[in-house]
Amino acid sequence: MTPEEVIDEIKRSGLRGRGGGGFPTGLKWELTRKVKAEQKYVVCNADEGDPGAFMDRSILEGDPHTVLEAMAINGYCTEASKGLIYIRAEYPLAIERLKIAIDQAREYGLLGDDIFGTGFSFDIELRYGAGAFVCGEETALIHSMEGLRGEPTVKPPFPSESGYKGAPTNVNNVETYASVPVILLKGADWFSSIGTEKSKGTKVFALAGKVNNVGLVEVPMGTTLREVIFDIGGGIKGGKKFKAVQTGGPSGGCLTEKHLDIPIDYDNLIASGSMMGSGGMIVMDEDDCMVSVAKFYLDFTVEESCGKCAPCRIGNKRLYEMLDTITQGKGTVEDLSKLRNLANVIKDTSLCGLGQTSPNPVLSTMDNFYDEYLAHVKDHKCPSGQCKALMSYIIKEDACVGCTLCARVCPVDAISGEKKMPHVIDQSICIKCGACFEKCKFDAIFIE
Amino acid sequence: MADIKLPANKVQELRDICAKFNHEKGELINVLHAAQGIFGYLPAEVQDIVAEELNVSVAHVYGVVTFYSFFTMTPKGKYPISICMGTACYVRGAEKVLDEFKRLLDLKVGETSANGDFSISCLRCVGACGLAPVVTVGEKVYGRVAPEDVKGIIAEYK
Ligand SMILES: Cc1cc2nc3c(=O)[nH]c(=O)nc-3n(C[C@H](O)[C@H](O)[C@H](O)COP(=O)(O)O)c2cc1C
Ligand code: SF4
Ligand code: FES
Repeated sequence: MTPEEVIDEIKRSGLRGRGGGGFPTGLKWELTRKVKAEQKYVVCNADEGDPGAFMDRSILEGDPHTVLEAMAINGYCTEASKGLIYIRAEYPLAIERLKIAIDQAREYGLLGDDIFGTGFSFDIELRYGAGAFVCGEETALIHSMEGLRGEPTVKPPFPSESGYKGAPTNVNNVETYASVPVILLKGADWFSSIGTEKSKGTKVFALAGKVNNVGLVEVPMGTTLREVIFDIGGGIKGGKKFKAVQTGGPSGGCLTEKHLDIPIDYDNLIASGSMMGSGGMIVMDEDDCMVSVAKFYLDFTVEESCGKCAPCRIGNKRLYEMLDTITQGKGTVEDLSKLRNLANVIKDTSLCGLGQTSPNPVLSTMDNFYDEYLAHVKDHKCPSGQCKALMSYIIKEDACVGCTLCARVCPVDAISGEKKMPHVIDQSICIKCGACFEKCKFDAIFIE
Repeated sequence: MADIKLPANKVQELRDICAKFNHEKGELINVLHAAQGIFGYLPAEVQDIVAEELNVSVAHVYGVVTFYSFFTMTPKGKYPISICMGTACYVRGAEKVLDEFKRLLDLKVGETSANGDFSISCLRCVGACGLAPVVTVGEKVYGRVAPEDVKGIIAEYK
């Protein structure tokens, strides 16, 4: 096949980037091919920063050769002779296996000079991340590979025009590359027969949280959230009630009951106020407080913001503080409209994808769980009993048999009482860890 | 900060590594990974040497060191405790486990105990989400950790 034919096949297959954005892969390859340059680069984004997701790791550990092969194919199409894999240092096993695979490929002549006498040369090197989420963003990733702080820059120019060392660079995600060889083997028609109208093929999700079966699942695009959570995931742990599912990691949103039957694809998820992201899927049950969940994601964003632009650096910090005030029971109804305003400003004015998507967890929980926000600011109550400042553990006198178990598990000795007599919790000592609540066999402890 | 005397053989090892990377500016992150491998952390003295070898300013090296959470300027404890605060662990109660470690060791995140035994840090997902919440002490991984297990884990290392 000529490079044009390969690109055409990828375009016809309908493959879209699995790194989050869902950009058509064939089109990206064509753009990189069209730019004229002496030296071009092929980059594999193996930074996998979304906490709770490990699809890319499983591919790199299980079948590193598919990724190497796809990168070489990309090099062939874009006329690049050099490939770089940017992998996070937290994945030592994946790094080791990639190194072995690269050595094997060189030994077999699949990488190196003049591959199989075709005149095409291609080789691959590894670059290591150092624990910065923003380095998953492609321009930041390129700066990091150049030995700089991983700060994003404004696009355009896109990496396909000016990337690593200023040369045209094709950046794709691990899972995207892993889809390429099989498309060329089985054909674009086969690939595009799977999935929905605008999202083709399969997608791997990392199912985690309060479901019975956690782990990686690969399903055709268009599968519903209900099928993934209840059929494959086996439903909610401990027979509790499903409350929400977060897709798209810190950039995504929380979807609820009413979204369970929509077919999962790029466009449907965005239309519902979340996104595909890299494929993390965290299930939450009735015990999870959605304000705390939003705060948790914001805490992540604040820590991972690179600090280059003000809306993200300062705005997210303020958002976090407002959420913190609300979970402390000190928020007001006016705070809620301020929260929404600020979230929208950050979304519209941040420089890179991190800031542009960081308010999503706040906005989506406000859209879907406004009652819970209201309960926090109006009644100063946390309906799911998660916000420590808003609750106390209390022992029901008539239900307590005085077994002393709670007093023994309490890490701060806040519980006192004679054997076989009702116990009491000293609220001034209690750190609200919930250990007694979980241990009591007589349901004698309740949260207020 | 008190001056630290670096052992001469380790300094030489670091200089050799810089040479191996051809004193190339672009290799700064790789050099720092190696340097942290040698010294366990990256004190100012180490950053001085790296800056000199790669012919960049110390400020540039410092900027990179402080940007990436993998690099640290304080030595970790003999038994570095890491609590996973990834989303899967968080929804299964990692925060309570972290609070218990902080309380029992009287340390904040990022601190090392005075005798150098323990340090506490937070991780973002070690890819063992099925075992959430996850705690690691050195190489050892503890899964499904509850706040009341914390005392026992610490006791293993005392
Ligand atoms: C804050 C941020 C973090 C990102 N993290 C990742 C990541 O961990 N892995 C990844 O493949 N893409 C990540 N991306 C998307 C990349 O910028 C880029 O779009 C992707 O690597 C392109 O590959 P694809 O077209 O194959 O998806 C991230 C984007 C942003 C804005
Ligand atoms: S949006 Fe945030 S992460 Fe992105 S450039 Fe601005 S400060 Fe950095
Ligand atoms: S979120 Fe803790 S191991 Fe993945």
